[in-house]
Amino acid sequence: MKHDKKKVEIKGASDMPDMPASLGSMASNKTASWRNLRPEIDESKCIKCFICWKFCPDAAIAFIDENTPPKINYDYCKGCGICAAECPKKCIEMVEE
Amino acid sequence: MEKVVLGNHAVSYGVLVSRVQTISAYPITPQTLIVERLSEMVADGELDAIFTKVESEHSALASAIGSSSVGARAFTATSSQGLALMHEMIHWASGARLPIVLANVNRAMAPGWNIWTDQNDSLSCRDTGWMQIYCQNNQEVLDSIIMGYKVSEQVLLPTMVCLDAFVLSHTAENVDIPEVKLVDKYLPPYKLEIKMDIDDPHSFGALSSPENYMEFRYKMQEAMDKAEDIIIKEGKEFEKIFGRKYGMVEEYRTEGAEIILVATATIASTAKASIDSLRAKGINIGLLRLRVFRPFPVKDVVRVLLNKKKAIVIDRNISYGKSGIFFDEIKGAFYNIEGDKPKIFGYIAGLGGRDVTPEAISDMVDDAMRKDKPEKDIIWSGVKL
Repeated sequence: MKHDKKKVEIKGASDMPDMPASLGSMASNKTASWRNLRPEIDESKCIKCFICWKFCPDAAIAFIDENTPPKINYDYCKGCGICAAECPKKCIEMVEE
Repeated sequence: MEKVVLGNHAVSYGVLVSRVQTISAYPITPQTLIVERLSEMVADGELDAIFTKVESEHSALASAIGSSSVGARAFTATSSQGLALMHEMIHWASGARLPIVLANVNRAMAPGWNIWTDQNDSLSCRDTGWMQIYCQNNQEVLDSIIMGYKVSEQVLLPTMVCLDAFVLSHTAENVDIPEVKLVDKYLPPYKLEIKMDIDDPHSFGALSSPENYMEFRYKMQEAMDKAEDIIIKEGKEFEKIFGRKYGMVEEYRTEGAEIILVATATIASTAKASIDSLRAKGINIGLLRLRVFRPFPVKDVVRVLLNKKKAIVIDRNISYGKSGIFFDEIKGAFYNIEGDKPKIFGYIAGLGGRDVTPEAISDMVDDAMRKDKPEKDIIWSGVKL
């Protein structure tokens, strides 16, 4: 079965893979549409402890390097707020979408 | 190479020659010797595989599911209570369509605590989408591991290879262990089309809504339908290379028979001796051994039993509140069939490892011959009242 990066139209069993897996790549399957609160990092207060990066349950916070504040990937962040709750400097704010 | 090996070690050798890449191991009597021997093979460099010791049977199968998902040929083994603890993952492995092969040493379920053979452990997995093979000797155990991977990797359903506790697991028999290079001719490397791959990320096991869940189940059933043909085809292919023949069922002296004894696993191998002595007494009887339980060999069962006077089914298992499980499936196979159907007698025997001797089998045959038809769905053999 062909599976490419595009979104795949499913009409019935014959279009579906045998295993319950997405046919399209997760690189194209953006899953952030559920989010109603978005975390925003105040980079001026960030101490680069990367606790938010460690705690993100969706691996939606990227580690760039030790001297750069982590970067939130808004294509996959669902806005759960764990990063904001765990941040020791309270420099992540949950903002209404 | 011919060797005298225990049934458990026949499994280990089957895994070795199938070039299995991951083994997840958790011990349980009477299975432990399987993974123990495999750990030696891996430690000695005989088998190039990752051997993972896990903390429970649930984890053993979860680990095999992970390995299989990235495209590795995965193996695990268990028995009885261990298989029961795996149950959630048993559904997961088949639902995720992963061609894992699992050896289950058939052992009775507790309580009463019992380590001896019966089939209620694996038959509790009847409706999980696993193929199931019941072996009659150690050679078949080894061969079924190899064929298990060959069939599973084509239909994308896992295979459970079942062997009787102690009667096979701890009994030494002559076994031909084929050369790995010969097995390579039969069993190509495992290639999975959609696998966990960081360069091509997919979502696995995600939500499947009422809109598409049923289609996944439809496809599983399609695969089971296809599996029957593939098991037959691969059995023939196996015979060409290794000289040993396997199908969905085995017939023994069924030509001209009026009565057919139906049995599985080692009761079936014992029953061959009973058939010989009954035939010598002039009784027209033959044996139908069901080797594959899922997919159920409906066509073979009907072909062999139609137009026979009686079928005598011996079950080393019980579905409480109903009957022996093979008996029930055989009866069901006949319901929509036209023609001269046999009277089907269902005996429950050998639970918890009670010996099913040639004499016990002859007694069941005598009993069925005395009666015109079965009076009830369960006839107990040898139970002390």
